Amino acid sequence: MTQRLVIIGAGMAAGRVLDHLTDAQKDGESADWDVTLFNAEPRGTYNRIMLSPVLSGEKTYDDIVTHDADWYEEKGVDTKFGVKVTEVDRAAKIVRGDDGSEVAYDKLVFATGSNPFIIPMPGHDLDGVIAYRDLEDTHDMMSLTLGQKAVVIGGGLLGLEAAAGMAARGVDVTVVHLMGHLMERQLDEPAGYLLRKALVDKGITVKCSANSKEIIGENGKVKALMLDDGTELPCDKLVMAVGIRPNIGLAQEVGLACGRGIHVDDQLLTSDENIFAIGECVEHNGDIFGLVAPIFDQAKVLAKVLLGDEAAFVNREVSTKLKVTGCDLFSAGDFAEGDDREDIVFRDPARGVYKRLVLQDNKIIGAVMYGDTADGSWFYGLLKDGTDVSDMRDTLIFGPAYQGGAPSDPLSAVAALPDDAEICGCNGVCKGDIVAAINDGATDLGAIKATTKASASCGTCTGLVEQVLAVTLGDDFVMPAAQTVCGCTDFSHEDVRRLIKVQELKSQDAVWQELGWKTRNGCHVCRPAINYYLLADWPLEYADDPQSRFVNERKHANIQKDGTYSVVPRMWGGITTPDELRAIADAADKYDVPTVKVTGGQRIDLLGVKGSDLPAIWYDLNQAGMVSGHAYSKGLRTVKTCVGTDHCRFGTQDSTGLGIKLEKHLWGSWTPHKLKLAVSGCPRNCAEATCKDIGVICVDSGYEIHVAGAAGMEIKGTEVLCKVATEDEAMEVISAMTQIYRENAKYLDRIFKWVDKVGLDWVKEQIVDDLDNRKALAERFEISQSVYRADPWAEHAKDKAETYQPLADLTLEAAE
Amino acid sequence: MSWIDIGDINDIPLRGARVVKTPVGCVALFRTDDTEVRAISDRCPHKGGPLSEGIVHDNKVTCPLHNWVFDLNTGEAQGADEGRVDTFPVKVDAGRILLDGSAVGNRSAA
Ligand code: SRM
Ligand SMILES: Cc1cc2nc3c(=O)[nH]c(=O)nc-3n(C[C@H](O)[C@H](O)[C@H](O)COP(=O)(O)OP(=O)(O)OC[C@H]3O[C@@H](n4cnc5c(N)ncnc54)[C@H](O)[C@@H]3O)c2cc1C
Ligand code: SF4
Ligand code: FES
Repeated sequence: MTQRLVIIGAGMAAGRVLDHLTDAQKDGESADWDVTLFNAEPRGTYNRIMLSPVLSGEKTYDDIVTHDADWYEEKGVDTKFGVKVTEVDRAAKIVRGDDGSEVAYDKLVFATGSNPFIIPMPGHDLDGVIAYRDLEDTHDMMSLTLGQKAVVIGGGLLGLEAAAGMAARGVDVTVVHLMGHLMERQLDEPAGYLLRKALVDKGITVKCSANSKEIIGENGKVKALMLDDGTELPCDKLVMAVGIRPNIGLAQEVGLACGRGIHVDDQLLTSDENIFAIGECVEHNGDIFGLVAPIFDQAKVLAKVLLGDEAAFVNREVSTKLKVTGCDLFSAGDFAEGDDREDIVFRDPARGVYKRLVLQDNKIIGAVMYGDTADGSWFYGLLKDGTDVSDMRDTLIFGPAYQGGAPSDPLSAVAALPDDAEICGCNGVCKGDIVAAINDGATDLGAIKATTKASASCGTCTGLVEQVLAVTLGDDFVMPAAQTVCGCTDFSHEDVRRLIKVQELKSQDAVWQELGWKTRNGCHVCRPAINYYLLADWPLEYADDPQSRFVNERKHANIQKDGTYSVVPRMWGGITTPDELRAIADAADKYDVPTVKVTGGQRIDLLGVKGSDLPAIWYDLNQAGMVSGHAYSKGLRTVKTCVGTDHCRFGTQDSTGLGIKLEKHLWGSWTPHKLKLAVSGCPRNCAEATCKDIGVICVDSGYEIHVAGAAGMEIKGTEVLCKVATEDEAMEVISAMTQIYRENAKYLDRIFKWVDKVGLDWVKEQIVDDLDNRKALAERFEISQSVYRADPWAEHAKDKAETYQPLADLTLEAAE
Repeated sequence: MSWIDIGDINDIPLRGARVVKTPVGCVALFRTDDTEVRAISDRCPHKGGPLSEGIVHDNKVTCPLHNWVFDLNTGEAQGADEGRVDTFPVKVDAGRILLDGSAVGNRSAA
């Protein structure tokens, strides 16, 4: 007997169900259905996921239609296109459309898809603010012409496809993304970095960690997007692609059980025994859907159920690809969650390739790749099947080409490389060239560099070259153990510093990717160093990352063994006033400071302050005119002085005054290690200037500038850098000395250690003999100081105070 | 489980941490990724260092006092050091951080 089937929504899910159903009926299977199909869109079914190629102009609408009116007619499906279902009478089993039509059903299917989410910010209802869901939206974006401006809110799959599509039409596009990196649900940061780079190359402006505040309009039409920080981004069109919500309004109205989506069981049956639901509008075992692969599985199951066969829907892992030409990325599974996970990371900076596998219990549970996704489906297969990969663990990341038969040894991957495999991307040197050079007698890295130029440019292939040496020479080659920054990289600090400058790497992501870091985001050893190098080399472009700093520098106080902190305000050049002393005494009383101590640096330390009191005590000290003493920093600490000409009968110059000037000039700057100065008014040297990083001894004829002393774990007297006649010259030499140390030294080398490596003569050449260079260094120091000569206490007390408090206090609730 | 809304994901900086006071002591919430949060006890088993103040890298944190490293998924000390911190169920849903109240001894939730 023929039964009546009504389907609401002619999207991708419905189209696929009808494919299966009509195929089966053609083959003469039992149940016979009389189908009516409603669709709110005024057309049949099209391949929604191909809207982006239509937008970019690579395809036309005709190319992506899958089931048009003719198709449905041929299959005997009664279509009501452009008609929205507004009512379902479950008792009478009738649906009503917004054109007044009524259709009775035996079985009903909700295939209503989802609605784009529109952030209800001011201006969201202006003309020109659109989502990206259907053909209308696509046409709307296609109406923009060369040189017009568009802003896309949302750096996920849809937002980026919209952005790339419009950019391909010559539209000036800016993507605004709330999170720190693009497509954060599918990609990790390193892959997000590469994606961003590729989009920027396409002329798209990308703003991450950017919060939209309101949409500004003019005469009812969108004019600009304003961000939280006040930035205005002018635009003719604003596309909101911030996510989708299952379209469950009608289902809820008629009383079907819903969570985030319409609840369905394994047979896609809702809480009403005559109503099914399928596609993006459903929720199955807590999961909702946004990609077609599982939805097509659902369609297969629903068709079977309607035909009276047994079938059950099982959700499966999905993989994602972005349909933007030139952005080759792949992600599948879970690369952030789970216990006992292990990462395998592979990077090929020269080709812009990044691959990461996440393993758990010897199985792949997640995969992210960028740049070279050829092996994506192979990894995806291993992931889906839960294959035990322990046997191929070491060569797994190289893909299927290196598996099977080959012994699992990383060197075997190199051994397996063909002769024409490129080893050095910069100089186009293949494996065969290197092997030939080895056979001609080049038996170490230096000789290979000299004869083939391999690893002579960016150096990132050094490890590979060494492996080729090892494979070719066997036991005759001993892998050199270089002093690397840490286990995350094979580069030394010196290499990293050089490459950051040469390759103009301006973010941590850039360093990790371009220098082939082996871990995802470094470790506690390399991160502070890289953060320092970046801020020292690119003071205006790179923003300091507090999360890459040791707690003392993040919280601007010294952590104590019991978790409290010490607070040391500056006393410029060791000079204080009764008012400052009173303020310190008041603060000590008010915050129950257990210990007040005079330090070895001519100032006062308040020890044992509670972490949560820090912003308040700083605020109080700020009010009395005092600022952070940076007693915690790899940066300028103190400038000790003696009393000098003002009071002392032997004083030759104003040592106290010069000390104060120096401290006011240098404070706030970050240096490779701490930087301590002293100025003594005569060679009796009461300020102990001759054991400081930089010291000044005043003499009748001017100023003797000393450097490279030490009085900590090692003791060493300073060496004289030069003698100058005026205070201004002294200031300039000391600025230049500080800057040349900042730009060149290895992180955690004090000046004396660094000078020992480069030689005092080199330093003299740079800043004593070469006056232009001295001036340039001093100018660069000043540029950096335009950012960093500021009191961190004031900033934290004002803007970050709440981060010093617990995020929540659950003990209060429990006590109620 | 009984999920308690603790706050917005953006209240914790990426690769940073915040503390929640609970009846079983301070719990440190770490944001390891844009949309991932982990919860472990804030007390280092070595000498009580505040783990929430450590440097977060990948799914690990380094104690600020003597550099022990802990896996945020399992709570196990890494490398040569031996020790373990308690972990607590936590998840992120629609940008909100949800901590399992029963696991941290929250009476009203249990
Ligand atoms: C507070 C103070 C001791 C005092 O009560 O006088 C002090 C306290 C600390 N010093 Fe110092 N040093 C202090 C003056 C010195 C001096 C003397 C000076 O500056 O004239 C030296 C020798 C000169 C030098 O710097 O080399 C000194 C050489 C060290 C060293 C060894 C550095 C070296 O390269 O050999 C360390 C360890 C390190 O930095 O790695 C250190 C490290 C420390 C730390 C930060 C240890 C730590 O990492 O937690 C101490 C913090 C204690 C706390 O909990 O607050 N402190 N320390 C002094 C603060 C001066 C100030 O006002 O800023
Ligand atoms: C631009 C874009 C790119 C995408 N790219 C990919 C991709 O690369 N890979 C991938 O797997 N997925 C992709 N997707 C997602 C994919 O298109 C969806 O998962 C899929 O279309 C969902 O199918 P559906 O049938 O559930 O919903 P839809 O295809 O949205 O169909 C629902 C239909 O129901 C209609 N409807 C709703 N309510 C009513 C009502 N009351 N009465 C009548 N009709 C109604 C709607 O008008 C709509 O036509 C993309 C989506 C978009 C928008
Ligand atoms: S000498 Fe310095 S580092 Fe050592 S205990 Fe004293 S303050 Fe601490
Ligand atoms: S207290 Fe954590 S390592 Fe010592």
